[in-house]
Parts: sequence; C-alpha cells; structure tokens
Amino acid sequence: MKKSNWSRRQLLKTTGVVAASAALAPALSTRVLSAAPPPTAITPALIEAAKKEGKVIFYTSVDLPLAEKVAKEFEKKYPGIQVRVERTGAERVFQRIGQEYASNIHAVDVVSSSDAAHSIVWKRNGMLEAFVPEDVGKFYPAEHKDPDGTFASFRVWVCIIAYNTNLVKKEDAPKSFADLLDPKWKGKIVKAHPSYSGTIMTATYQMQRDLGWGYLEKLAAQNVLQVQSSADPPKRLALGERAVQADGNEYNIFQLMETGKPVAPVYATEGSPLIVGPMSMMKQAPNPNAARLFTAYCFTPECQQFIIDAGGLRSMHPNTKEKPGRTPFKDIKTMKDDPAAVEKMSEEIKAHYSKLFHV
Amino acid sequence: MTAVAPATKRTGVDVTTPVLYFFAALLCLLIVLPLSWLFVYSFTDKSGAFTLANFARLFSESAFMEPLLTTFIIAFCSAVLCCAVSAPMGWLVARTDLPFAGLIRALVTASFVTPPFLGAIAWELLAAPNSGLLNKLYRTIIGGEMDAHLFNIYTLPGLIFVISCYTFPYVFTLVANSLDRTPGELEDASSILGGGRWYTARRVTIPLVLPALLAGALIAFLQAMTLFGSPAILALPAGFHTMTTKIWSLFGYPPKPELAAAASLPLLFLTVILLRAEHMIIGRRSYSIVGGKYGAPRLIPLGRMRWPAFALCMIVLLNPVFLPYGALINAAFSPVATTPLTFSNFTLHNIEFVLFELSAAGPALNNTIILGTAAATIGTILALVIAYVTTRKAVKGWRLLGFLATAPIAIPGIVLGVGLFLSYTRPPFVLYGTLWILLIAFVTIALPSAYQQLQAAFRTIHPELEDASRILGATRLRSLWQITAPLLRTGVIATWCFIFVGVMRELSAAIILFTSQTKVISVLIYDLNESGDLGAISVIGLAMLIITFAVVIAINRIPGFGQTRFRA
Repeated sequence: MKKSNWSRRQLLKTTGVVAASAALAPALSTRVLSAAPPPTAITPALIEAAKKEGKVIFYTSVDLPLAEKVAKEFEKKYPGIQVRVERTGAERVFQRIGQEYASNIHAVDVVSSSDAAHSIVWKRNGMLEAFVPEDVGKFYPAEHKDPDGTFASFRVWVCIIAYNTNLVKKEDAPKSFADLLDPKWKGKIVKAHPSYSGTIMTATYQMQRDLGWGYLEKLAAQNVLQVQSSADPPKRLALGERAVQADGNEYNIFQLMETGKPVAPVYATEGSPLIVGPMSMMKQAPNPNAARLFTAYCFTPECQQFIIDAGGLRSMHPNTKEKPGRTPFKDIKTMKDDPAAVEKMSEEIKAHYSKLFHV
Repeated sequence: MTAVAPATKRTGVDVTTPVLYFFAALLCLLIVLPLSWLFVYSFTDKSGAFTLANFARLFSESAFMEPLLTTFIIAFCSAVLCCAVSAPMGWLVARTDLPFAGLIRALVTASFVTPPFLGAIAWELLAAPNSGLLNKLYRTIIGGEMDAHLFNIYTLPGLIFVISCYTFPYVFTLVANSLDRTPGELEDASSILGGGRWYTARRVTIPLVLPALLAGALIAFLQAMTLFGSPAILALPAGFHTMTTKIWSLFGYPPKPELAAAASLPLLFLTVILLRAEHMIIGRRSYSIVGGKYGAPRLIPLGRMRWPAFALCMIVLLNPVFLPYGALINAAFSPVATTPLTFSNFTLHNIEFVLFELSAAGPALNNTIILGTAAATIGTILALVIAYVTTRKAVKGWRLLGFLATAPIAIPGIVLGVGLFLSYTRPPFVLYGTLWILLIAFVTIALPSAYQQLQAAFRTIHPELEDASRILGATRLRSLWQITAPLLRTGVIATWCFIFVGVMRELSAAIILFTSQTKVISVLIYDLNESGDLGAISVIGLAMLIITFAVVIAINRIPGFGQTRFRA
C-alpha cells in the first residue's frame, strides 16, 4: 500500500502545475492523442462469448435493491450469465478497487460510482477499457460521455432535501437549504456522509462552493443524525426516524413515494446538487465479454427506461420517457457539477467535513 | 514426563519432535509476523525511514484523543454495568434455589452467541428516538407528541448499554463458575460457628467470589474497549468515534496504514497491562480456595423472594435476548422495519429479496461456513497439540509455546486485522484476497480460548494412561491419537463449536481483511446497514442466529458437555 502509485496527493504533486488549475483538468481528458473506438452493438457473437464466461461482477454504489433489480433484468434477457452485485458506498467502492488492484486482484468487471471524479482517476491510471456501446455512440450527448470512450453517464439524479409527510405539513416543509437552519429543525434532520457516499461527496463539493463551509458549519450545529449512504436518509424518513433530510438520493424518495411511503421531495431554491453516475468496464476485467454485454445493455433504452420507472433515476438517453407525476428534470434548478474539482478537493472535503460534524 | 525409556527401539520413526517444532514455528509466524509489521509501520514514514511522527500526530490531534477518551469512558462504564448486573444474577443462579436456573444460564449463552453488531442493529429498531418500537409504544401509552421519547440509542449511554448487553455474559460466567466451585465446607464452618445465612454469604461467599468479579470486570473492560461491531453501527449516527471505528476510518481513501498501526498500539499495550492485572488477581484466587474434596455448595432458600428474583433475571434478559430478537423478527416480516407486525401487513418481501435477489448473500454464507468449519478444525487441532505439549511438558520450550498460544488474547481483533493486512499484502506471503488470510485471522483470534479449554480438559486426564501406551512402544503421537484423544472427545467437540460460533460473530478483523470475493456474513450485514436495508439485515441476522443455535444445541446434546461453559 505504501508505495502504491495511488495517492491523489502524490499524483497532484507530480503533475502540480497542470492539476493546480481545475480549468485545465477537462483539457486533460480531451487530449487528441487517443479517440474513442467505434461503437459496439450487441451482436449474437458477443452474447455467445459472454455466455461462455457465464458471469459478470458489477461493483457499484447504486442502491442495492435497484442494482439487484437491474441485474435480474439482465439475467432474464441473457439467461446463463449471472450478475454478482457488489454494492457499497462509492467512496468505499473506490477504496476497495484501489486496494484490490494494489494487491494485483482484478475481480471487478464493470463499475458504476456515484462520484464522477473516480472515473477521472481510474482513467488516468489506465484502468478503464475504451468501450463505447452503440447507444452511447449514437444517442448520448457529448457532455455525458468520455471523448476517449472509457465512461458514459449511466444515470443522473439530484441530491435533495425531503421530508416525512406525516411529521411535516407541506406548507411547513423547508423550501431551501437556508430554511434547514431554522431552530425548529434542530434534532430533526438526517444527513449522509461524504467519506462513504459519492453522492454526498459530490453534493458537499457543490454546496461548499455555492453556499460556503459556513453554511455546513451552521447545519452541523442542528444536531443532525449522521448516516453513511445517500440511500439511507430517505429510508430513515420513511421509518419516521427524522422529519427532514438535508441530503439524500432523489431516486430513493421516488421509489418510496410511489410505494405509498410518507415522504416527499423538495427542490431547494438555491438549486439541488447534480449527481452523475458514470459507468465503465475495466481493462483487466476477468470476464471481458460479459462485461461488454452488461455495459452495452445498461445503456439500452430498455434498461434506461427501467432505471427511470423502477428506480426513479434520470436518463440521458433521448429515447426514454420521464415517468408522469415526477418533476421533469429540465424544471429542476440544479447546481453545477464539476468532477475534476471534486477529484482535486476530495481529501480536503473529507477532512473539513469530519471536523465540522465530529465524525 | 515418562521416566522409563523403551528398552528396545520399535520400528517406526518418532516424528513427534519435528511435528511439535513445526507447530511452534507456525505459531511464531501466526503471531509474531503481524505484530512485527504493526511496529514497523507505526515507527516509519512513507519512505520507510524511522519516525515518531505517527505517534506525535496521534497524541496531539483531538481527532485521535477524543476517540481514545470516549473509548475509556465506554469501557469503564460497560465494565461497571456488567458487574452490577452479573454479580447478583450469578449469585442467584449458582447459590440460591432460584427457579429455572438452567434456563437463565441458557439465555445468557444466547446473549453470548448473538453477534454484537446484530444486537446493535436490533436496538436501533427498538430505541431509535422516533422510529424505535419502544419509543412508539411509550408515545402511545402517554399519548405524547412527535418528539417525546423514552430512550435514545444514538448517544454515549445508549452505546454503553448495548455493549453491556453483549459483554455481561463474560462476567456472569466467571462469577457463576466461581460460585459453583466455592466449597460448601467453608460456609458450613461459618454456620457452625453461629453465622446466619446472610452473614455467611456476606463474610464468606462474597469475599471468595470477589476476585472472579474483578477479573470479570477486566475482561468486560477489554471487550468493550476493543469491540468494533456495536460502535460501528451506533457511534456514527451518535456523532462520535471510538478507537476501533477511528482505526477503521483510516482505511478509507486514501488509506493511512501507518496511522492505523500507530493507533492500534495503545489498544495493544492497554490490553497486555490489563491482562497482567487479571492474571495476578486470578492467581490469588486459586490460591485461596485450594483444598481437599469439597461438598456441594449450600443453596440459599429465597422463600417468598423466589419468583420476584426470577422475574428480575428475566427482565435483565429482555435486553440482550427477547426484545432484540423480537425486533428482528418484526423487521423481517413487516413492510417497514419499525412498523409493528400485524396479520394484514405481514410480508415475505424481505425473505424473497434475500433468497432470490441479493446476489452477495449466497457466496457470503458459503464463505462463512467454509471459514467456520476450517477455522474450527484447524484451531482445535492446533490448540489440542499445544495443550498436550504444555500439560505434559513434552518438548523444551513448552512454556514459550503456551505463551504464544495465549498471546493473541492481548490483540484486539481490529489490531490483528491491521497487522495481518500489513503482513499478507506483500511478498513472500500474498494472501490478501484469498480466504486464507481470513482463516489465519479467525484461528489466531480463537486460539487462546480454545487452548485454555483444552488445557483444562487435559489436566483431568492422568498421564499414567499415556505412559502405559508409551512403555508398550507407541510414539507420543500414536498414544496421543489412540489414548488421549478419545478421552478428550467432548472437550474437543465443544472447542470446535466454540470456534465456529466465534467465526460467525467476528467482524472487526474481517472488515479489514475481506475482498468482494471473500466477503463473510458479518461484513455483508455491515454493508447492508450502511445503506439502511434493515429488512434484509433482519432476515440474514435471524438465519445466522438459527445456524449458530443449531451448533450450540448440538454441543449441549453431547452427553457430559452440559457442565462445560463458554469462556472467551
């Protein structure tokens, strides 16, 4: 571990001048040295080769029940190929892959984090395979795919405030992040943690940038219930454990709402942090064909519509329809995402956050 | 030692000595290697040069000093609470005509085999301030409004309470066993000299059992100090770290193994010091009641207090057993984990999810059973050989062997995890990513108690039987195999089951050492807790308890084992 070429800090030191400027970071990924390979369609030959491998290992931070449902859909469509879902918080997924690769363990085939900064690091370390599914090549907008073809946005969502409708009346619910500082919410807020959750890491970056650390310091003084995953606050709301969530997945709120649980989303007037979850296959995937097939499947309109309908996620595939009853994505005011900046600041964010929240 | 050497050498080479030295070497490797790396890492910087910077950072930053202090408070309070509960209960069970004393002992065993992390999750279901079942009940009874609550598990006292629930069996067992062994004659003497029943209890029985109670307090302190499971579940929501959760957080990205190693050393040193203290106390106790054959202890009739005393014991046992198990069953079959179960909302959704959708469940269960079986088998064999060598003083250096076998007791699970991680992620032994590294961890953790159990069993077998076999020309190994082993059968089986149960409970080393391919059930539960999938946890947790109880009941069915108690 000690001599690993893994530390962001070291990487930043060696590439000091370049990395010091966040503005230059996107330029790094758009260098003209390499270009994306031609898009790959799902062919009978690919399916056959994938079936020979028989399984695919999927490391992700997608909320477990949803990730397993996607896996089941895939298994239904391509019988004989088993999907093993390894679900944990994005920051732990990142740490786990780093630790496994440092020990020469190449177990993961396909990865989808909720911290888009991870893709930048993996790509830079040469861990990602350049592979463009047909749908990504044909339909995905340029800002949602890597020019070198190593990742594309599998899913998009926002990190939102929400409340328990049994405990809070609609008119009393907070409308903005600023409202959460009202003394009436003291001891009634649940919040997830950026050291575990990629969603919260991304969101914390955007919030400290737009609202300042001072805001988070005041929020910490509200005696929040600190949980780990961004999938957990919505579940705590549904239990009635806390009245309001300061952050958490919009998609979990949709899932709970639509199965009759007493929760409702709030899109903060300041804007809700925008989260992008890229997907990639690994260069050293132990089941390369199954990995290609699974990745390609995940970007099909079929799977994208499934993660919208069953999962509550947003899709960048133009051939998908939003589910009625949900606020359309274009109507939501979002903060601006900036994976390159998150990549640069993640250690600082973790340290500052744990100072404020004591954990 | 055998005094008579065989006059003529029989055929067959005596491989005993090489075999025993092999075991000694294995033990050294198991224990010395991880500890050495721990020291090396804690005293070096990234480039490998000697430094004290890790310790300077450890003792100067409040991010480390606060958890250290918190850990002390937790350990101290848990030890006091455990003693306050266990001493009267142990006395009631061992020395009075309390009804259903056997049942109470069995329920204490049930608390012992319940994994502390599972207990902590169950107590979240019960006593989270707003959604906890007990608080809901309380609000229903008093008609209180939304925020009224009786308990808040997300606090320091809440964590101390949950830790005590699963630590008190250690104290109880020590106290009850000590009272079981206290000779009746001493009490008789007191009665004959005119001491009343209560006077005798106060002046004879209690002083005799006091050292066991103190030893129990130390064990409880150590357990609470080194526990990872319960703090991992409750400390984060409560907004503080303990030393073990802090060490675990140092393995987040980017990993800081040198700080984790440095943070482990205070736990290690404290454990060694406290165990020395325990050794001194235990030593004094066994001196004080040495004597000839003892009569059975007098049972004190409780009279009208019999049933109230029984009720009191059951109220205590509500906390580690009945309430948590009830909460888990409720969560397993209810649509929302903390909604009280009724006939109309009963659902098998969670069971379906775990059985048919959760793709990590099968492999994790598989790994756990493989590891449990392998660790129990290897650990028992290892402990058996070492216990033989030390009780029969079979090779030179047997003392060292005994010491090495007991040494892991001083290594908290998470510290051992860190040490093994540092040792086996580098050549020549790259074991990280395989089940082997977990196997080594589990065997090492189980070894001290397995060794103590089997050593006690060996002491009951007179060496004359082996000597007879040796005189007739058998090698040591052969007489061990054909004479001693059959006599030890029940002890061996009990030890095997004990290690198996220990593997099911173990989280602190596993959480450092697992990879996605070598996940075990305890780690799976920890991961599910991270994202709040309480229903799935309850199903897996209950399955885990059922497996564990099946094993424990199987032990108790073996004739003659009824008296042997768990000691860890």
